[in-house]
Amino acid sequence: MSLTRKDIDSIAHLARLNLTDAEIPVYVQSLSNIMNFVSELDRAQTDGITPMAHPMPGLSQRLRADEVLEIDHREQFQRNAPQVAAGLYVVPKVIE
Amino acid sequence: MHTLSITQMAAGLRERRFSSVELTQALLARLQVAQPKLNALVTLTEQSALAAAAVADASLAAGAAGPLCGIPMVHKDIFCTEGVLTTCGSKMLSNFVSPYDATVVQKLKAAGMVMLGKANMDEFAMGSSNETSFYGPVRNPWNPQMVPGGSSGGSAAAVAARLVPAATATDTGGSIRQPAALCGITGLKPTYGRVSRYGMIAFASSLDQAGTLTQTAEDSALMLRAMAGFDPKDSTSVNSPVPDYAATLVDSLDGVTIGVVREFFDAGLDAACGQAVRDALRIFEKLGARLKDVSCPNLPLSVPTYYVVAPAECSSNLARFDGVRYGYRCENPRDLMDLYKRSRGEGFGAEVKRRIMTGTYVLSAGYYDAYYLKAQKVRQLIAQDFARAFAEVDVLIGPTSPTAAFPIGAKTSDPITMYLNDIYTIGANLAGIPGLSIPCGFTGGLPLGLQILGPHFGEGRLLNLAHRFQQETDWHAQLPAGWG
Repeated sequence: MSLTRKDIDSIAHLARLNLTDAEIPVYVQSLSNIMNFVSELDRAQTDGITPMAHPMPGLSQRLRADEVLEIDHREQFQRNAPQVAAGLYVVPKVIE
Repeated sequence: MHTLSITQMAAGLRERRFSSVELTQALLARLQVAQPKLNALVTLTEQSALAAAAVADASLAAGAAGPLCGIPMVHKDIFCTEGVLTTCGSKMLSNFVSPYDATVVQKLKAAGMVMLGKANMDEFAMGSSNETSFYGPVRNPWNPQMVPGGSSGGSAAAVAARLVPAATATDTGGSIRQPAALCGITGLKPTYGRVSRYGMIAFASSLDQAGTLTQTAEDSALMLRAMAGFDPKDSTSVNSPVPDYAATLVDSLDGVTIGVVREFFDAGLDAACGQAVRDALRIFEKLGARLKDVSCPNLPLSVPTYYVVAPAECSSNLARFDGVRYGYRCENPRDLMDLYKRSRGEGFGAEVKRRIMTGTYVLSAGYYDAYYLKAQKVRQLIAQDFARAFAEVDVLIGPTSPTAAFPIGAKTSDPITMYLNDIYTIGANLAGIPGLSIPCGFTGGLPLGLQILGPHFGEGRLLNLAHRFQQETDWHAQLPAGWG
């Protein structure tokens, strides 16, 4: 299968990735190649096969009791933030 | 003393031939000298290392120390380390100082191991050559023109060059075993869920598993014992007792059945590599094991399966990097969408973006059934192939990687050629089973690796086979020229 420039634009938008003009043709080519490569899977007979949902047979997601285990780490965590003010994360204006 | 294994260093510490502080100082000096040559590290943690070594010396003096106490090591830079830069090999996290320790880090700290630094790696563990790192490629100690393998390339190069006796690593599609093979060391990927993923930066959560890179299987047994175990902070951690892996290392191989997987000896396998594995099989026979031909017919589909499942999970996991809460943020964003898109577009490297987009595409409306669901069904078939094989044999043996180390730059222009490096390793991740790579020969001065796969929680048997092999051979004891 062959992806177009329009496909890559749309995928990049969904993935919230800004691509440069130089990057787009590279990804048109390499994603087309990858999708052709994975289309090998069509050869496999999978009728009646349950999709694998967990790498350990018979195990499913564990639940825990709804108890508070952590204290507030906001100040510590916000030390890694690009921009904060009054304990809040700062982003460009969202509502005009 | 830098060429000693963990076991030998531990003996030296107990016999007071050297202290942990002396050991740490010597290895820190070697890491500094090696850095311009190999680029194995992202961060050197000199001061905290010396402090930890002094604490370890006190424990050793008090006679209260375990087998790993005072032993220097490095962590792959995918593990969160409190108060220390944790980059995952990415510009996106080039300013990220972790506020907490990964469970693996915490456990090895508690065992008294001394962290000397954080090892270079492919960006977000996406790569098989350590060339996608924001911090530049790592070089192979056996030949600096060659790649060390990836994604745990810095960890592997550091152990191979005897800069440290051990390193942590992670394996999503072969990222422990393939660099172990290409660098001539021992690499163990445990069963999925055996070692906690808490604090290990996520790539593909149903495949990611932490493990060890060491000189010997004996050392790997000690480290795995300390790293493994149930962790309530990891929702897929398995609650089952951790065996004493060291106690079964010397078990007899009489009656052990080794499956020789037909599909592992395919047209893509380098002749020298195939021959080295066949020669190794003779040694296992000599040790009492029996060989049996087995087939895993769906195994050749493991690479295409992986390149649907892993990118799908990666696109979801890496959605958290938004330029708002931590990590890289672009300059002067116009609006929130521009902030997201440019922070991610500029913060991620080319391969990471390729995988995020592949994953986004296969999960998008109209394609989910054709790609993602189909791949999860083929994944089930691959897991069933392994389950059938393990009903007949105890372990499976084959090559780790189709070739020895290749030149830096040789495969970067074609992603699929690069992806095929992991053709023999990916199956174990898809099925969640453990795998181990040990050195089994050389070609053109470069090491070759042998892979042993076992059923879920079969690590003890894998380490047993590897240890017995290492007592009969000295491939694992060979040193790259200039690093002895």
